[in-house]
Amino acid sequence: MRQEKKDSQLVGHPVVVRLTHWINVFATVCMVMSGMGIYNAHPILPFRLPEEMTLGGWLGGSTAWHFAVMWLFVGNGLVYLAFGTASNYLRKRMLTLRLGDLLRDLRLALTFSLRHESHSYNAIQKAMYLGVLLLGGLMLASGLVLWKPIQFGPLTALLGGFDSARIVHFTGMAALLGFVVIHVLMVVLVPKTLLSMVFGAGLLKRRKEKSDGGAA
Amino acid sequence: MAEQPEPRKAAPASLWTRKQQKSGAVLGDHRRQLENISRRLFFRQGLSLGALTMLSGCNLQDDTAVDKVLWAMSRWNDRVQTFLFDRNRLAPTYRPEDVTDPFPFNAFYPEDSAPDVDLLNYRLQVSGLVDNKASWSLDDLRRLPRVSQITQHICIEGWSAIGEWSGVPLSTFLQHVGADMTAKYVGFKCADRYYSCIDMPTALHAQTILALDFGKDPLPLKYGSPMKLRVPTKLGFKNPKHIVEVFVTNDYPGGYWEDQGYNWFSGL
Repeated sequence: MRQEKKDSQLVGHPVVVRLTHWINVFATVCMVMSGMGIYNAHPILPFRLPEEMTLGGWLGGSTAWHFAVMWLFVGNGLVYLAFGTASNYLRKRMLTLRLGDLLRDLRLALTFSLRHESHSYNAIQKAMYLGVLLLGGLMLASGLVLWKPIQFGPLTALLGGFDSARIVHFTGMAALLGFVVIHVLMVVLVPKTLLSMVFGAGLLKRRKEKSDGGAA
Repeated sequence: MAEQPEPRKAAPASLWTRKQQKSGAVLGDHRRQLENISRRLFFRQGLSLGALTMLSGCNLQDDTAVDKVLWAMSRWNDRVQTFLFDRNRLAPTYRPEDVTDPFPFNAFYPEDSAPDVDLLNYRLQVSGLVDNKASWSLDDLRRLPRVSQITQHICIEGWSAIGEWSGVPLSTFLQHVGADMTAKYVGFKCADRYYSCIDMPTALHAQTILALDFGKDPLPLKYGSPMKLRVPTKLGFKNPKHIVEVFVTNDYPGGYWEDQGYNWFSGL
């Protein structure tokens, strides 16, 4: 009985986490696509990205999208961090990461014997989610340098100047896409995680109670 | 006051022209697309691109609404940048050996279309909220105090280059013409029909100069002869070349790119 209660509390995500997650999906898609449009104006790699992957239609449109949605991206991220800190969500779910656990879970994953636990994150998940949060911070820092290299002079110097901040910003975006690929793949493998990120614990709990009631 | 930009038929974006010269026909189709859009329409295009790909489920069908939001956010960003701008913070300066050679040409037309201003008959017009509206010859301008800078030019496209410019601090010039320093904007009209304007705090920044020389020589044709505005605290397109008129005003004069959607303040 006690175990069941614990499960239903932890199985879904709090409403703030679910809301900020999906707002972040929208903001990140806009930022990445408009960023690709800006990249295409003067690529740092020897190729341009397909027009279909960009947002804004031309450089002025892409920058307008990028500099508009950045406020949503950052504001939404701050709401998430404020909630995650105040509610202990971050500490309980992710900051319990231990190196030993990570090595063990990596070994399990590589031998395909790591099972999904719905009441807590395994060490790889913790590392991935912490990593992508740090990546978000890096995107913000390098983005600030590209936006205001003189006003944020010390930060610009820290990143090695405007040109190298561009490389950091682009590489960070590529890493972010790498995260998204793995993240979505994992959701495909364990589809019920999508339900808990959409509906949260409440609905899953009601469904569970209903099925429990039916069985009794 | 605000000139309307030319119909876009002859106006492939500077940045594209430059790229085309560098990498052949890559931009061919893009250019055609660019030429077809009238002012303010590109956000709609952007929207339809977005709608086609990712945003179709988000019910963002009303393109004028999205357009308005983007313009409103751009004005909001102007206010944030005005707040962030510190008049005493200087752009980093570099050593002579850091200067990019050759320094890239950049305009909304190819290099051979740059306007060849007659230097002997050149007269800089001064208008708007100033006490003295007399025009200035190049000799007049060269008699004013001069400063020199080696700074980084950052283009909205993402590339950067370091150059050496010298000329009259704009603040010195504005004092000489008795400009109303409490006015909001200093505007510029150019021989190539380019136009732009900057905020008064940036106009009075120590590194904002009316540049007459590039390196040790008078500004060559491709870099904005006979005079360009050099503002290291703003993006490249806020550095108009071939300036023929300076004016001071409280009515927002717009700009060639600003009217099409580039952010007005565009500070660095």
